[in-house]
Amino acid sequence: MARVWKFGSDIDTDQIVPGRYAPYMTSEAELGRYPFIEARPEFAREVRPGDLIVAGRNFGCGSSREYAPKALKIVGVGAIIAQSFARIFFRNALNLGIPLFEAPWTDEILDGEEATLDIDAAQLVTAHGTYALVPPPDFVREIWREGSLVGYYRKYGRFPGEGADRR
Amino acid sequence: MALKQTLAERILSHAAGRPVRPGDLVVVPVDMAMAVDSIAPSVISVLRQELGARVRDPRRVAIFIDHVAPAANVATADAQVAVRRFAAEEGIAQLYDVGRGVCHQVMIEERLIGPGQIVLGSDSHSTSYGAIGAFGTGMGASDVAMAWASGRTWLRVPETIRIRCHGGFGPGVGAKDLALHVARTLGADGARYAAVEYVGVDHLPLADRQTLACMSTEVGAKVGLIAPSGEVAASWPVPEWLSSDSDALCQREVEVDLGSLPPLVAVPPSVDTVVEAAGLADVRVDVVFLGTCTNGRLEDLRAAARILRGRTLARGVRMIVVPASSRVLAAAVADGTLATLLEAGATVGTPGCGPCIGRHLGVLGAGEVCLSTGNRNFRGRMGSPEARIYLASPEVAAASAVTGRITDPRALAF
Repeated sequence: MARVWKFGSDIDTDQIVPGRYAPYMTSEAELGRYPFIEARPEFAREVRPGDLIVAGRNFGCGSSREYAPKALKIVGVGAIIAQSFARIFFRNALNLGIPLFEAPWTDEILDGEEATLDIDAAQLVTAHGTYALVPPPDFVREIWREGSLVGYYRKYGRFPGEGADRR
Repeated sequence: MALKQTLAERILSHAAGRPVRPGDLVVVPVDMAMAVDSIAPSVISVLRQELGARVRDPRRVAIFIDHVAPAANVATADAQVAVRRFAAEEGIAQLYDVGRGVCHQVMIEERLIGPGQIVLGSDSHSTSYGAIGAFGTGMGASDVAMAWASGRTWLRVPETIRIRCHGGFGPGVGAKDLALHVARTLGADGARYAAVEYVGVDHLPLADRQTLACMSTEVGAKVGLIAPSGEVAASWPVPEWLSSDSDALCQREVEVDLGSLPPLVAVPPSVDTVVEAAGLADVRVDVVFLGTCTNGRLEDLRAAARILRGRTLARGVRMIVVPASSRVLAAAVADGTLATLLEAGATVGTPGCGPCIGRHLGVLGAGEVCLSTGNRNFRGRMGSPEARIYLASPEVAAASAVTGRITDPRALAF
């Protein structure tokens, strides 16, 4: 069981990690202390590995900063389920191996409730229902399996889906 | 009959070596991947520590020191020292240092990229390269590091939203007003994951195309494309395969009569809350900022100078001009544009990003109101969260500097 951390729409990268907490202003080792440090200060203190972020539309809008999803990965966020994601955040989080799902029903999920994410069955189960998720394409599953896009490339010397004979 | 394709589909089909459709995932060669001073340290860390790799082809890498340039404190100065050392170690000749200008302007001025190419940047406004028909898109540190190491990237082929323009702009109205009209029409996430393609803009100069392509990221778009024609086709070799079918299937089409657009302003804190400049006459302005990758070119400085000639800034108004590049600055000196701006009471900063990102060269304090020709008016973008940022064209900026209130430039003779 994991805890749901519920957020609204248009959560921008400055709310996830404000620019002045960027690794080049502080240090990479401190990044896990900063997710939502101003927008929701209890998050970094109380989040447990495997916890879920459930949000509205356009999650992660704004800058290209990869340290925003990286901070969420460091604290062990198990998945982010939102009605939609901003595209650069979506790429960055996907590349870092954080499971992402787009789902229309996120308004029905409550902040603080317990939920079980079953990635293989592509569903989220809570006390009041079972919610279907769209299974990701193989490309994405392969990145998840190796932990990140960089991890995948380091192991295979190619991108997922590229011919194994490449290079 | 040949397959009808949008510009995005045609470029990615060529890069992938097979016909592609929206939704396909492709891995394609990258012609150029650039990073800026604030993100380059993260890219270098992923490349060296996580990938254990080096730059595969330094000719396909460019680095710009433009976001905090000159350095504002010891931390940014140290980071820039490390970036310069990295470029030397990797044999990267294309390092553009303090004062050369905003990455997106210099990439095009230096002709580091061309029509039909795939171009990545560590900055979200890398959509700007669509101005010359290049598939330019912003990415994070891992993606740029992967491109530096492998020469490739992965992309999901985007659906296209077509902006079909008719006619020409009226006096005092230009590309920024069109971009703000599109933001109002689509909304700030209205083109998420999609390509925005402008058609009917063959008469527009390169500078206007750069403004439109740059602002495409503000509606969530992956790319903002304009097929090469006019000034662009005359200046760059255009591959024979590079064309767009203006009747190809697209996700959405928006029609715009350019002649009916008035001067527009985006009201804080969102780019898609857009109203007519004439309706904001009661908004007092403290700072006018003319510059950025969106509107810091010679044409923009000239447009402001036409209004400021023989006039002076309103009492209590500061005007900061930051040319998009050293070439823009030199040209504005040579043709007298800069003298006109200085005589009106404006001041000039080092070519680069200027105060747009709120780190240096004119950070805003609590309660201040800025009329900016930039691209973002999020709360806290230019400094204090209690400051307010209105976004508009160079013409609206100049007219507002003269009156001290947000002003429709058509109300002043020029």
